[in-house]
Amino acid sequence: MNALNAAGFPLLSLLTFLPLVGGAVIMMIRGPEAAVAANARWAALWTSLIVFALSLVLWFKFDTSSAGFQFVEEVAWLPQWGITYKMGVDGISVLFVLLATALVPICILASWDSIETRVREFMFAFLVLETMMVGMFAALDFVVFYMFFEGVLIPMYLLIGVWGGPRRVYAAIKFFLYTLAGSVLMLLALLAMWYAAGTTDIPTLMATQFKPAVQTWLFLAFFASFAVKVPMWPVHTWLPDAHVEAPTAGSVILAGVLLKMGAYGFLRFSVPMLPDATAYFAPMIFALSVVAVIYTSLVALAQTDMKKLIAYSSVAHMGVVTIGIFTVNEQGISGALFQMLSHGVVSGALFLCVGVVYDRIHSREIARYGGLADRMPKYALAFMLFSMASVGLPGTAGFVGEFLVLVGAFKVNFWLAALGSMGMILGAAYMLYLYRRVIFGSITRDDLKSIMDLSPREIAVFAPLVVLTLWMGIYPSSFTVFWDASVHAMVEKHIAALASTSKLAGVIAP
Amino acid sequence: MLFATAVFAPLLGSLVALLFGKQIGDRAAQAVTIICMILAAICGTSAFVSLVYGGGAPGVVTLATWVSSGDFSVTWALRYDTLSAVMVAMITFIATLIHIYSVGYMGHEPHGSVWRFFSYLSLFTFAMLMLVTADNLLQLFFGWEGVGLASYLLIGYWYHKPSACAAAIKAFVVNRIGDLGFALGIALIFVVFGSITFDAIFAGVSQHQNDSYSVLGGTFRAYEVIGVLLFIGAMGKSAQLGLHVWLPDAMEGPTPVSALIHAATMVTAGVFLMARMSPVLEYAPHAMAFVTFVGASTALFAATVGVVQNDIKRIIAYSTCSQLGYMFVAAGVGAYQASVFHLLTHAFFKALLFLGAGSVIHAMSDEQDIRKMGGIWKKIPLTYTMMWIGSLALAGVFPFAGFFSKDAVLEAAFASHGGFAQYGFWCGILAAFLTAFYSWRLLILTFHGAPRADKHTMDHVHESPLVMTVPLMLLAAGAVLTGFTFAPQLLGEHWQHFWGAAIHNGPNNHVMHDMHEVPGWVVALPAVVGLSGIALAYIIYMGMPALPAQLAERFGGVYRFLLNKWYFDELYDRIFVRPTMALARGLWQVGDATIIDGIPNGVASLTAQGAGRVVKVQTGSIAHYAFAMLIGVVVLVSLYLIIR
Repeated sequence: MNALNAAGFPLLSLLTFLPLVGGAVIMMIRGPEAAVAANARWAALWTSLIVFALSLVLWFKFDTSSAGFQFVEEVAWLPQWGITYKMGVDGISVLFVLLATALVPICILASWDSIETRVREFMFAFLVLETMMVGMFAALDFVVFYMFFEGVLIPMYLLIGVWGGPRRVYAAIKFFLYTLAGSVLMLLALLAMWYAAGTTDIPTLMATQFKPAVQTWLFLAFFASFAVKVPMWPVHTWLPDAHVEAPTAGSVILAGVLLKMGAYGFLRFSVPMLPDATAYFAPMIFALSVVAVIYTSLVALAQTDMKKLIAYSSVAHMGVVTIGIFTVNEQGISGALFQMLSHGVVSGALFLCVGVVYDRIHSREIARYGGLADRMPKYALAFMLFSMASVGLPGTAGFVGEFLVLVGAFKVNFWLAALGSMGMILGAAYMLYLYRRVIFGSITRDDLKSIMDLSPREIAVFAPLVVLTLWMGIYPSSFTVFWDASVHAMVEKHIAALASTSKLAGVIAP
Repeated sequence: MLFATAVFAPLLGSLVALLFGKQIGDRAAQAVTIICMILAAICGTSAFVSLVYGGGAPGVVTLATWVSSGDFSVTWALRYDTLSAVMVAMITFIATLIHIYSVGYMGHEPHGSVWRFFSYLSLFTFAMLMLVTADNLLQLFFGWEGVGLASYLLIGYWYHKPSACAAAIKAFVVNRIGDLGFALGIALIFVVFGSITFDAIFAGVSQHQNDSYSVLGGTFRAYEVIGVLLFIGAMGKSAQLGLHVWLPDAMEGPTPVSALIHAATMVTAGVFLMARMSPVLEYAPHAMAFVTFVGASTALFAATVGVVQNDIKRIIAYSTCSQLGYMFVAAGVGAYQASVFHLLTHAFFKALLFLGAGSVIHAMSDEQDIRKMGGIWKKIPLTYTMMWIGSLALAGVFPFAGFFSKDAVLEAAFASHGGFAQYGFWCGILAAFLTAFYSWRLLILTFHGAPRADKHTMDHVHESPLVMTVPLMLLAAGAVLTGFTFAPQLLGEHWQHFWGAAIHNGPNNHVMHDMHEVPGWVVALPAVVGLSGIALAYIIYMGMPALPAQLAERFGGVYRFLLNKWYFDELYDRIFVRPTMALARGLWQVGDATIIDGIPNGVASLTAQGAGRVVKVQTGSIAHYAFAMLIGVVVLVSLYLIIR
């Protein structure tokens, strides 16, 4: 029973539950509506900033030379069932905790003026969401993980359903049902694993060898849950709807963090716990991912709604992530992790870009815009940077992950690399086509003639994202170093596991 | 240190202009970028001189780790050898002149926006310098894509013009097709060599000679596959046949951009890549035959199209395309030295031609159609002289620069005997004839004959200011001098003194020797066809101005075929662009909205309907419930009886 850890206090639990406390405080604010709204905004911003500041301890104190779990804290919870409350991070998860804590203050700042109704409840929901996200990435017990994993759904469902656009109810229910349907199967898998191993401790499960036949079923159950969350083709259609209807901050967090949950699940459960099934199903995943890359890039090309376009581009980018994960070599997984991070920053930033003009004109129709470069040069510059990052221009965040996955995929198969990288061409086509229609050209509509450039608040929102995008592109080693040891260990273990299975098979078969 | 300054000074200028351009104004932004460029040019030239003539040692300046993952590790580093030093000196020199020229050329632009132009120009220069000084393929790719971005921004500089926006996107996307090939090539090199740093690759060449790679249902030597993949990248950037379609459209950008990016530097990146990778490509004979073939075809194709175009910049653009073909022919036959030499001389005379054309356009109130020019040579004599010098160099007339380099290319092609090399030689000879012809067609139609512009324009024709003409004169000096000063050093028997280890010729590659021993007629032929091309153009356009129209009418089919650039754009539109868009809409409307969403939506509505029916059963009437219970009892009892 060690409730403390390297930092001397239960850092991860603090990061997880501090937002909840802040949220509770916000719900207690009383008074005239305007004052409540203002107080709620400031309280939420401060809470999230403090959480972010605390999370920086992870950045500075994380031991990058170790592949094991760090900052581990453990408290007995249901000992007779083998269930503990256990938190900890390794190289795979640590930066996602930071991604979540970094994006939340940005989102709160971005919703400053655009959320006008029920501000207190909005901020509360957002902080609850932060609790769930951080908890999910830090959980080291399957049951705890499952609770956070599912718990994310509730605040997100409310964010879309209450503060969303005109078709918000349809989108919210679709989002909820899709993701829940998958999760039920994961619950079954959880039970099966618990029966087999007698514990839900994730590190123990990672060391447990499941029989190949069992692995197949477990893999499919996990796959049902994670594939929806990624989302992989063909279970991706909830995403564009959810994005379109969600408020800007909701889209940012959805693209930035929630989409990473599926890929994270693959990395935490499927690949390390089920090596044989991973090898067996990899070709199917590759096929679905390649289809996702090409299919959704093409669909993005045809979009007339800015948010939908970026939503579809997210599906394509996540296709690259799933390719990388299932190559199970260092470049592939490292590239997938980097692509997850960079996509979190870049697509989040792109949704914020849409939010900027939506706040002014209240339309997401691409045809409604044009010629913004004349009036909004700063905006045009930021949008250009993020578009280029999305396209994967070297020197920006988007390139490193995509290229590492390309190298990883090339080790598997030429065509996997070639087709999986079609996003390089199609991505350039749809992003530049979007940019041209929104930013270039001449202003024809009257309300665009007086549109204002980025306000100081908006610059404050974009500045950290601009810095991150360039930093990740020019000096990515400062990020990859976090997971190098973990990824190396994971790949080694995978190879060893496959070798032992085939040896076993060799013994049994004459 | 000098070298690093040469590379990073333009970046500094670009960033200052980009971030503070609005505050400090156009004049200051121009001053900052130009000062940085001059600094870069001084450092770049001295680095070149000290390496080649001062006995400096080549080396690598490591800056920082870039990407690292497992055994895949890449650093930011500058490679300092003859090839990169030559390129840096050339790029910084020409880019500086173009910056200065742009001050005059962009003088009529609305104030408060030109800083953007100078920032992009410097950004481009930086990216190009990163490309040529890269120590590994990934950094080369960084520069490669960086110049693509800068080119996109500069082609689309006049973003109010729909045609400029379309051309910018086209350039970027077509380049990306090539880039995909390049990226795959880098990945294959990593798989084969275990590294993408040049020194490590070149050190492993002999070890992996016989590695094979299976693709497209066959097994090939890995070097051949690498060669083809890298060349696909080069085809995109250097506008070779098939992926050339973006280059003519790129002329939508301001003329200095065409001179810097689409003539002197960026488009030669593919040629540079071939030279840089010569230690590997030397051992990929089939891939290099392919390079020769495509280069030769491009040289001829672009020359035929150039003959009938009417836009002054597009003629020169096709000529660029054609000259790039020559460079690939030389690279393909193993004469990388000749290829880089032609790259250098071409950079001078083509930048000169473009800037001269810019000066003409400037004088003619932004008219670009040579059918609406004529009769202006007395009004702008300096520009006229410069255009003559540029054309003489392009046509390869002694003693202008193009004479030496083009002859070297053709002699190398002839000397290397293979079937593709001979094809390259004859395509080159034909293209040389056409080149001379269209150059003088351009000169005569632009400057001579009766004025065809309206009176207002003609009254307004004026020589450009000094800030534009001085760069022209410096470039003209380059177009005259670079040929005979550099030819003996770069191509002579002692070429190793100059190049050091930067370019590699395999043990069986004797082309650098053999090219000096070709028969006399091979040496004379390019000059002969060049002069006859000039003569023919003179006879037709000075002597019989009515003839071209009659010929166009007589051979209408051929004329339209050439005028429409062999219908490449139309073909691509039919087989790529439109089907892609149709497929995109189909996948969205049918695939996503109908099929994929149809299933959950159908399930949902079935559930809703089913629930509706179930609701109807619950009528609230006790009698109905009692009746239902009774039926249930009857069923249960009968089941019990039957099963028992």
